[in-house]
Amino acid sequence: MQEKLESLMQELALKKIASGEVDRVLAWKKGESYFDVSPAIFKESFDGFTYNAFCGANLSKFLVEETKKEGKVLVFLKPCDTYSFNQLLSEHRINREKVYVVGIECQGKLDINKVYAKGIDGILDIEETDSELKIKTIYGDKTVKKDEVFSVKCETCKSKKLVVFDEKIVLNEMKDNKEKRFDIVEKLESMTEEERFAFWQAELSKCIRCNACRNVCPACTCTNCVFDNNKSGIAGKANADSFEEKLYHIIRAFHVAGRCTDCGECSRVCPQGIPLHLINRKIIKDMNTNYGEYQAGETVTPLNPIVDFKKDDVEANTVVGGKK
Amino acid sequence: MLKIDISSLPLLYEKIASLYPLVLPIKKANEVNYDKYSNGAEVSLFTLKTNKSPKDMFFPQTEDLMKFKVDGQKIEIIDTRKEAQPFVVMGVKACDYKAFEVLDRVFLVDPIDTYYKTKREAGIIITLACDRPEESCFCKAFNIDASSPLGDITTWKVGDKLFWKANTQKGKDLTEKIKDLFTEGDEKTVEKAKQEITETISKLPFSNIDVNALSKDEMLDTFKSDKWSKLSEACLGCGTCTFVCPTCQCFDIREFNANDKIMRFRCWDSCMYKDFTKTAGGQPRPTQMQRFRQRFMHKLVYYPENNDGLYSCVGCGRCVKKCPSHLNIVKVIKAFGGEKK
Repeated sequence: MQEKLESLMQELALKKIASGEVDRVLAWKKGESYFDVSPAIFKESFDGFTYNAFCGANLSKFLVEETKKEGKVLVFLKPCDTYSFNQLLSEHRINREKVYVVGIECQGKLDINKVYAKGIDGILDIEETDSELKIKTIYGDKTVKKDEVFSVKCETCKSKKLVVFDEKIVLNEMKDNKEKRFDIVEKLESMTEEERFAFWQAELSKCIRCNACRNVCPACTCTNCVFDNNKSGIAGKANADSFEEKLYHIIRAFHVAGRCTDCGECSRVCPQGIPLHLINRKIIKDMNTNYGEYQAGETVTPLNPIVDFKKDDVEANTVVGGKK
Repeated sequence: MLKIDISSLPLLYEKIASLYPLVLPIKKANEVNYDKYSNGAEVSLFTLKTNKSPKDMFFPQTEDLMKFKVDGQKIEIIDTRKEAQPFVVMGVKACDYKAFEVLDRVFLVDPIDTYYKTKREAGIIITLACDRPEESCFCKAFNIDASSPLGDITTWKVGDKLFWKANTQKGKDLTEKIKDLFTEGDEKTVEKAKQEITETISKLPFSNIDVNALSKDEMLDTFKSDKWSKLSEACLGCGTCTFVCPTCQCFDIREFNANDKIMRFRCWDSCMYKDFTKTAGGQPRPTQMQRFRQRFMHKLVYYPENNDGLYSCVGCGRCVKKCPSHLNIVKVIKAFGGEKK
């Protein structure tokens, strides 16, 4: 299944380049091993072109820079990446005319760290089947069920709908599991204030301020972030104290509120395994509760509940902890 | 050579911690990093790769340098340096131990960095031989022997025992204070384990890389190579690689102003950041490609040029595991032909 999808994608890409419709392709490239894949631009050579269960990276943000260049780019977007694409269009960060969007099938992406967590290391090669990973290691061969090693962002999938595409390559039915989306948020809500504080204190105190969450985030496209701006008075390259590490993440969460599509890239890239997406997801849940169901990126619109004032909006001072 | 049952290690931690502050790999919120031991801490001594390296112990991510007190026209300078008390770092792997040498050559040459020096002298380092290296490890490429790290004391995990050997006076003094926890260990058992580790390491996929690749040509040719733009195209410009790196040593000095008091502190900086070494004249490396190139040129060309051929990379593989875009030093070395056939 994997190989079929990959070869159809490459075939289409080559065809579009040959016809001159696009002049380059944004996709994923094989690295040193099966799970070692990087976003890459393909033009003349398609050496290393790949699409497998470890292609978790959301390519939509790369289009901010790509569409500033000459010519048209073909991009492969997974269902959740298409939401980010729409949101970037809403914010005028991408030039739509310079992109040919190919929506592709996604059966959930995997996290190699979860494979390591099972005590599997020294990995030499991986063979992917529909439901399993057959892993060859220097310590012997292992088999892992894919649904045990889903990336945090794919443990709950909000939607398998391709909300925008010029063409799509989908061979098999894709299933979401959106009914579980707010389970962990609800668990956090049910904690006492002290427990919740302790949870976030333990998580956020691991932060090393590497900015990977911000730099990968499709909602973070400011040319000069307030945290990089020496004139802002709050620029910081480090967590000077335990307050500052929270400040950074809280400010970021509020800045992307209403625009975060819940793509989960922040949690995927965090080198310290902080479940950052839960902060955003809590805000999404509160917005749904207080302003009605809303999914950022579902359509191209400049409005979201945070910036769209309605007379019957809930009054801020009547909302405590997400409850009216 | 001494030995202790691994099941008795909690007693060892307690004993050492009763003498000196003890720092070792501890699991907090599911992740393992070097942290100060306290009763009840979830020690994870045998975690091969902590997220962050132990360089924090000598070169912390943030460190107060001095305080100023402003009173009208007068500025009083307050020295915040303290005499460092002895402390123990346990579980340091061969790669991370080698990284201290890389840092020493930066901080302990004239002008000597006294903040680093006091901590470095106060530290008693207990290393741990690797018993289960991973695919991201490539210390062998830098001639580092993961089976026999140095340090004040070296330890080996063999079966259900931890073998213990003091190498320096500091190490012997500490051992003397805690020796009633140990029994006599057999040198031959450790020798056999060391051989097995060496064999395992030769099977690792990156054991064949040749780090001389970047310096084999003229420096300017490597610098001007058109390979850099392709290698760096997916770089997000985050600081993950630099902050998990045991040898990255760049820092920024900043001030925190609280009314009449000013705190001057330093914090790790990253050459991946767009304001890195920015001056009134501007940013010397305006593109991400230039910043990316700087990191690897520094590690594999400039640093060895200035330090008798010592590389500023120890093959710990943290950047290999942690880069959000899976870019890393191994790919750079291979792109420049650094793969032994």
